[in-house]
Amino acid sequence: MRNSYPAWLYALIVVVILGAGLYAAPNLFPEDPSVQIGNPTTGEIDQNIRELMGTILGAQGVTPHTVEEQDDGQILLRFETTDEQSTAAEILRNALDDNHTVALNMAPATPRWLRAINGQPMALGLDLRGGVHFLMEVDLDAVIGTAMERYSNELRGRLREERISFDTVERGSRDLTVMFESEADREAAEGWLQRQYREELVWESRGSGDTSRLVATLDDDHLTELRRQALQQNISTLRSRVDELGVAEPIIAQQGENRIVVQLPGVQDTARAKEVLGATATLEFRLVSESGDAQEADETGRAPSGTRLYYERDGTPVLLQRQVMLTGDYITDASSGIAQDTGGPAVFINLDGQGARIFSRVTSDNVGRLMATVFIETSTETVEEDGEQVMRTSRSEEVINVARINEPLGRRFQISGLDSSREARNLALLLRAGALAAPMSIVEERTVGPSLGQENIDRGMQSVVIGFIAVMIFMVLYYRVFGVIANVALALNLIFIVSVLSMLQATLTLPGIAGIVLTVGMAVDANVLILERIREELRNGLSPQAAIASGYDRAFTTIADANVTTLIAALVLFLFGTGPIKGFAITLSIGIIASMFTAIMVTRAIVNLTYGRQRRLNRLAI
Amino acid sequence: MLPHLNFAESNLDFLGKRKITITVSLILILISVALLATRGLNFGIDFTGGTLVEVGYPEAVELDPIRETLAEGGFAGAQVQTFGTSRDVLIRLPPSEDDDDPATLSNRVLNALQDGGPDDPDLRRVEFVGPAVGEELREQGGLAMIYALAGILIYVAVRFEWRFSIGAVFALIYDVVITLGIFSLLQLEFDLGVLAAVLAVIGYSLNDTIVVYDRIRENFRILRKKGTEEVMNIAVNKTLARTIITSTTTLLVLFALAFLGGAALQNFSIALIIGVIVGTYSSIFIAATAALLLGVDRQVLLPVKKEGAEEDQTP
Repeated sequence: MRNSYPAWLYALIVVVILGAGLYAAPNLFPEDPSVQIGNPTTGEIDQNIRELMGTILGAQGVTPHTVEEQDDGQILLRFETTDEQSTAAEILRNALDDNHTVALNMAPATPRWLRAINGQPMALGLDLRGGVHFLMEVDLDAVIGTAMERYSNELRGRLREERISFDTVERGSRDLTVMFESEADREAAEGWLQRQYREELVWESRGSGDTSRLVATLDDDHLTELRRQALQQNISTLRSRVDELGVAEPIIAQQGENRIVVQLPGVQDTARAKEVLGATATLEFRLVSESGDAQEADETGRAPSGTRLYYERDGTPVLLQRQVMLTGDYITDASSGIAQDTGGPAVFINLDGQGARIFSRVTSDNVGRLMATVFIETSTETVEEDGEQVMRTSRSEEVINVARINEPLGRRFQISGLDSSREARNLALLLRAGALAAPMSIVEERTVGPSLGQENIDRGMQSVVIGFIAVMIFMVLYYRVFGVIANVALALNLIFIVSVLSMLQATLTLPGIAGIVLTVGMAVDANVLILERIREELRNGLSPQAAIASGYDRAFTTIADANVTTLIAALVLFLFGTGPIKGFAITLSIGIIASMFTAIMVTRAIVNLTYGRQRRLNRLAI
Repeated sequence: MLPHLNFAESNLDFLGKRKITITVSLILILISVALLATRGLNFGIDFTGGTLVEVGYPEAVELDPIRETLAEGGFAGAQVQTFGTSRDVLIRLPPSEDDDDPATLSNRVLNALQDGGPDDPDLRRVEFVGPAVGEELREQGGLAMIYALAGILIYVAVRFEWRFSIGAVFALIYDVVITLGIFSLLQLEFDLGVLAAVLAVIGYSLNDTIVVYDRIRENFRILRKKGTEEVMNIAVNKTLARTIITSTTTLLVLFALAFLGGAALQNFSIALIIGVIVGTYSSIFIAATAALLLGVDRQVLLPVKKEGAEEDQTP
């Protein structure tokens, strides 16, 4: 009786092990604290900025040890220590203008030849590396209101153009109503409206005589589409805002039907991150009404028809025309600076072609009149009402500046009247990054300082290593030579898990470490099952060679059954769980498959090579 | 060299003592359920919603002044405790009713501490979870567990027999209920990490249970002359050495995590330690017993192929 594998199987095992080792290797190289410099507008950094950076950093004594060009036109400066990194970032932030982003980054120091075969280290979760995690909930029902606003404005204009007689168009929160003088008028309009808005609105006739009206609600399919678009637009807006913040490797992804996950590794200033991500600020330009008296409107609470009452920042009431001259949608670029005339903070705005055309027409028609800039900020929060979770959106609109139109305004103009240069910077950023299609609120936030992250990793890893060594010592004491073989399998198992996680570019989190620990327990278990089985067969009087063969064969079904059941549990958790539960399930699944391979095939190969050729094997050190 | 454990010949009568083990197990389950019903679990902010702020002080600090400072600052219901060392302090705030933005909340906590305290703490971490998210997590965690149990039921029923799968799932429910009961008794915080640990316990204990069942099935095939109870007893005895050794090695790693892994891993490792011990107990004392009570015998596993097979059975 001999124990041996065919040669090709040994070869296969060796190849698999080498491959695993190769892809686990990138994790051995430490990360370099780096600073990433980019220019989102042009997408490249020009030569004189580079030279400038070199001189400034050299003068302050923080010289990067390498400077790398990246594929996306950004420049990566690697430093020796995190202190140098943060000093350099501070210096560069002050030295470079608004157009450049400066981001802190931990760049992997994987050698080139490993990167050439796509070898990358594991990504570490935020709980291990520090940073901010937000879960945003998008108020998708708000799109109904926005759509109704748009339709009612559009209808007024188009009904007039088509010379269809109607009384008024009124917008509700979830529907809109077109009022008519008579049923005849209503019938005349109905056909046209049905045709024009067939895919979008559902019309219903109500009332009679002078209360004749048509009520429109959104078509279900159309609403679904609007919601989808709104979520997508929010995601892309968040992306461009995060780019403006200058964060290395952010994650922005949809979760569930109406949530967006934002993870910003290495970001410390959460307040700023939140201001930028969650705020929905936009501008509107409206003419100041010349007919009404704002003071009176403020006292009576009633604005004359065609106007709305607004307040300036100091509380002064002001009457503006209902008709908007221009909304913030046409803004293509905005930057902050100092106003030439007042010396206060200002925002310089660029419009696109269509916006410029509209704006120059309305401003040239109204030269000499007063124009107000309305700053609109929407914030959403989840509050509890009668035990129900309700999203409440509050919208603040204030007039930040009233100025006389001295000449027609075109593509470029400036707005002053802002409180501080910080506000000017934020407003410029928000206008640049586009508007959010629907308001969002932060429903979950986690921040981990980098020191804590480092501590977590160090202590967690240290304890895993110590636990491991304890297990290995125990195995050698208890199973002697076979214990050593089992330990080889255990070490390989770890290498396998690390290499597969690196290949998948999965993120290692604390629950993931949990999965690894459990897997180690189970990998040991597979070995214990086999070894106990071999001992049992020896006690039953089988020869050592036969005992080895029978031990492996008999333990195999048990191990397979036990592991497949656990694998099923892990897969179910992966399918139905979110976030941390998912991470745990991934690690566990990989670990189970790895432990099947290492505990059964690899140990068998070693045992075969050690004992399999000995014709007269009398005793096993087990 | 360590002495070898060998229970193969010992024939400890686990199943003969089933009246005692079942009574003990049922009493433990009742106590756990009662604890969960009355004291409940000390859910972390992952599940309840709220805000958690961790700050680090340069020197060891007293908690009482911090509590006073926070109370003066108008933070109602703030829980203050040390976290890991006496320099790290964890502050928990319940979900606020008023319109508080969590970012400013953590900043205001920090400001209050800096104004009122002797030393300046630095902000280590902030976690804010909205109440709705917490509720969803509870539901999802529960659902994921139920689905996992259902999947296991089906697989074991296909590979073994339906009575085994009910026995296995019963052993798993026992593990989960007892582990949660202990968490309720000690009022340890139940957060996402602990949930992951409970899931891991299900996996671990399942592994144990299947090993015992596998041995029972094999013994029915080999030991044609022995009665059901005896066959099961032999199976439990033969797998006992392996069960104890595997638990020992797993516990070695877990104790290292619990004592050296830092505060972040503490609850998680405690949950796993409790779970592994409970899971080991259930695979020895409950899994086989449950299968026996449900009426597992040779007939069930190895359907009779010919008339004469009946005579193999010893009364």
